[in-house]
Amino acid sequence: MGTPLPDKDDLLRQYRSMMRIRRFEEEAARNYAKGKIGGFLHLYIGQEAIAVGAVDALRDQDYVFQTYRDHGIALARGMPAKAAMAELFGKDTGCSRGMGGSMHFFDVERNFLGGWAIVGGHMALAAGTAFKSVYNGEDRVTICFFGEGSTNIGGFHEAMSLAGLWKLPIVFVCENNQYAMGTPLERTSALKDLSIKAKGYAMVGDRFEGHDVTLVRERLAEAVDRARTGAGPTFIEVLTYRFRGHSMSDPAKYRSRTELEQRKQLDPIQVARERLLELGVEETKLDDIDLEIDEEIEAAVKFAEESEPALREVMLGTVYAEEGDS
Amino acid sequence: MPEMNLVQAINSGLRGAMRENDDVLVLGEDVGRLGGVFRVTQGLQEEFGADRVIDTPLSESGIIGTAIGMALHGMRPVSEIQFADFIYPGFDQLVSEAAKYRYRTAGEFQVPLVVRTPYGGGIRGGQYHSQSPEALFIHTSGLKVVCPSNPYDAKGLLIEAIRDDDPVIFFEPKRVYRAVKMEVPEEPYVVPLSEAKIVRAGEQVTCVAWGAMLYEAFSAAEEVAKQGIDVEVIDLRTLWPLDVETIVSSVKKTGRLVVVHEAPQTCGFGGELVALVTERAFLYLEAPPCRVTGWDTPFPQTHEQEYLPLAHRIIPAVIETARY
Ligand SMILES: Cc1ncc(C[n+]2csc(CCOP(=O)(O)OP(=O)(O)O)c2C)c(N)n1
Ligand SMILES: [Mg+2]
Repeated sequence: MGTPLPDKDDLLRQYRSMMRIRRFEEEAARNYAKGKIGGFLHLYIGQEAIAVGAVDALRDQDYVFQTYRDHGIALARGMPAKAAMAELFGKDTGCSRGMGGSMHFFDVERNFLGGWAIVGGHMALAAGTAFKSVYNGEDRVTICFFGEGSTNIGGFHEAMSLAGLWKLPIVFVCENNQYAMGTPLERTSALKDLSIKAKGYAMVGDRFEGHDVTLVRERLAEAVDRARTGAGPTFIEVLTYRFRGHSMSDPAKYRSRTELEQRKQLDPIQVARERLLELGVEETKLDDIDLEIDEEIEAAVKFAEESEPALREVMLGTVYAEEGDS
Repeated sequence: MPEMNLVQAINSGLRGAMRENDDVLVLGEDVGRLGGVFRVTQGLQEEFGADRVIDTPLSESGIIGTAIGMALHGMRPVSEIQFADFIYPGFDQLVSEAAKYRYRTAGEFQVPLVVRTPYGGGIRGGQYHSQSPEALFIHTSGLKVVCPSNPYDAKGLLIEAIRDDDPVIFFEPKRVYRAVKMEVPEEPYVVPLSEAKIVRAGEQVTCVAWGAMLYEAFSAAEEVAKQGIDVEVIDLRTLWPLDVETIVSSVKKTGRLVVVHEAPQTCGFGGELVALVTERAFLYLEAPPCRVTGWDTPFPQTHEQEYLPLAHRIIPAVIETARY
C-alpha cells in the first residue's frame, strides 16, 4: 500500500494541529522546569501524527481513551489550550478543574474519557463504552490508545479478549515508541511485530509507520469504518518514537544520540511541512500558522497563571454523588 | 561508617543480601539497566547480572506471581513495584496466593517473598502516584508489612525481610528517599521485624507514626515542647506483626494517644491502633484517642499539603489531646 496523496487543505489543518501540540508541550516543559507545573509530565513530542491522524478519522461522537501521555490527543480533539495548560498548573479553570493534572485530562464535551496513569487500567473500560454503543444502537466508535509496554499487562488481554468475542466497535491503537520507560521492546516482548497479537483475539491487525499523518489518517479510517459498520474491532500497531524522555524526570540515557538523531529525521511535523511546500504552499503561510499558534500558547500560559487554584470544595465534594445528582 | 540516604541504604541492603545468598534475586520494571525509577537498584545488574536483576515486562501480576512461584522452592525473590499505587494489578496474587499458601498447605510450603514499593505523597504525583495502601495488606492475614522511616532501619529491616520465611510488603517512604542521611554500616546487619522504636521519650502524649510521617510527628513534638507539652514519639517500623506492647505501655504512661498516617482515616491502620489501645489501656486513657490522617478522598492532585497529615495538622491535634 503506497502512501496516499494528501489533500492540501487536510494537510494544512493537520499540520496546524500537530504544531499546536508541539508548541503546547514545549511551553509546558519550560514551565515545568520553572516549577510552575508539578508532579509528572509525559510529553508526546515526536508522536503527534498519530493523535492528529486518528482524530481526523473519528467523528465528534466517538469515544476516546488514552494513557497519561494525553496532551496530544486532548488538543487534537479540540480541547482549548487554555484549559489544558491550566490543568497542568493545577487550576480550577483546567480541563479537570485542577483535580487531575497532566496525566488525567478529560473532556466530556469532546467525548474524551481521559488520560490514565494506571497502565492497562483504561482498556477494559474502552471495551465497555464500545459495548454500550452497540447496546444502544448508536454508531459510535471507541478508540483506545496505549503504549507497546502496556500490551504486557493483564488488562490488555482481558479487554482484547472481550472486544474480539463480542465484535465490539473499537479500535485499539498501540503507539509503539520502542520504549517502556527505560526498557526497549526487545527486552519486554518475545514478539517483534506486535500486530500479530490481533490474531489471538480474532481481530483484524494492522501495522505501519506513524510519522506521516496522511497515512495514519487513512489506515485509522479503515479501522474506524470497520468498527462503525459492525465488522468488528481492529488492533493497530503504529511504529513511532518519542523525542523526549519518558517523562520530564527521565534524561533518557538508555538510548544513543545517533538513534535519536536518526529518528528525528522522521519528525512528523517536518515531514508534513516539507510535503506542504512540495504541494505549493508558501513558506510564509506556514510561518504565519506557527506564529498564530505561538500566540495561542502564550495566552494559554498567561491564562493558567492568572487562574484560581483548584478548589477545596471540589476536592472534598466529588467523592460521591450529591443528593439530587443523577 | 559511610553516610547513606534511604535509596543508598536500601541498595546496600539488597547488595548485601544478594552477596550472601545466591537464592536472592531482584525483579521488576526497569530495575536492571535503568536501576529503577528511583534508582534504588542502581548498579545491581552490573554486579549480579541480568538473570539475577531482571527487567520484566510491564506486568505487576506477573512480577508478583512468578516471584511467588520462585519462592515456593527455596528462592528469595525481591519484587519491585514502581509505585505502591501500581500494586493493584498484582493484588490478587498477593492476597489470594502469597498470603494463603502456607496456611492452605498446612505449613508445608512457604513464600519467602519481599515486595518493595515506594508509597505515599510528597512529590505531587496525584491520585495514582501517592497512595498509602498499607491497611489493605495488614488486613490480609499471612502478609507482613514493613515501613521504615530512616536509612539505618531500612537496610536492616530489608535484610531481615529477605531472610524472613513469610511474604513481606516493604513500603518505602519516597517523600524522604533522599532527604534523610545517616551513618549506615557497609556490611549486612538486621533490624528485627515487629519491634517499634521510641524515637523521642515523653510523658504526656503518645504519638505513633511510621514512614515519612514520622518526621512530621517528630517536628510537631518538638514544636509543642516549646509550649510545655511532652510528647513520646513511636516509630512503628513494622506495621504487622505489630509491637503492640510498646504502644500500650507508652499510653499507660501518658494516658493519651495520637496516631498519624497518610492513608485515609476510615478503616486506616490508625483505627486498629486506637481499638487495640482502647481494649488494653482503657482505664489509663485521659483523652479520646485521636487520628491525624489523610482525608477520606482519593489522593488529591493539587491539595497535597492539606491532605497530608503534616506537622501543622498534628500540632493542634496534640495540643487538644493534651489539654482535654
Ligand atoms: C500498572 C502500572 N504499572 C507501571 C506503571 C509505571 N509506568 C508508567 S508508564 C510505563 C511504561 C509504559 O510504556 P508504554 O506502554 O510503552 O507507553 P509509553 O510511555 O511509551 O507511551 C510504566 C512502567 C504504571 N503507570 N502503571
Ligand atoms: Mg512505549
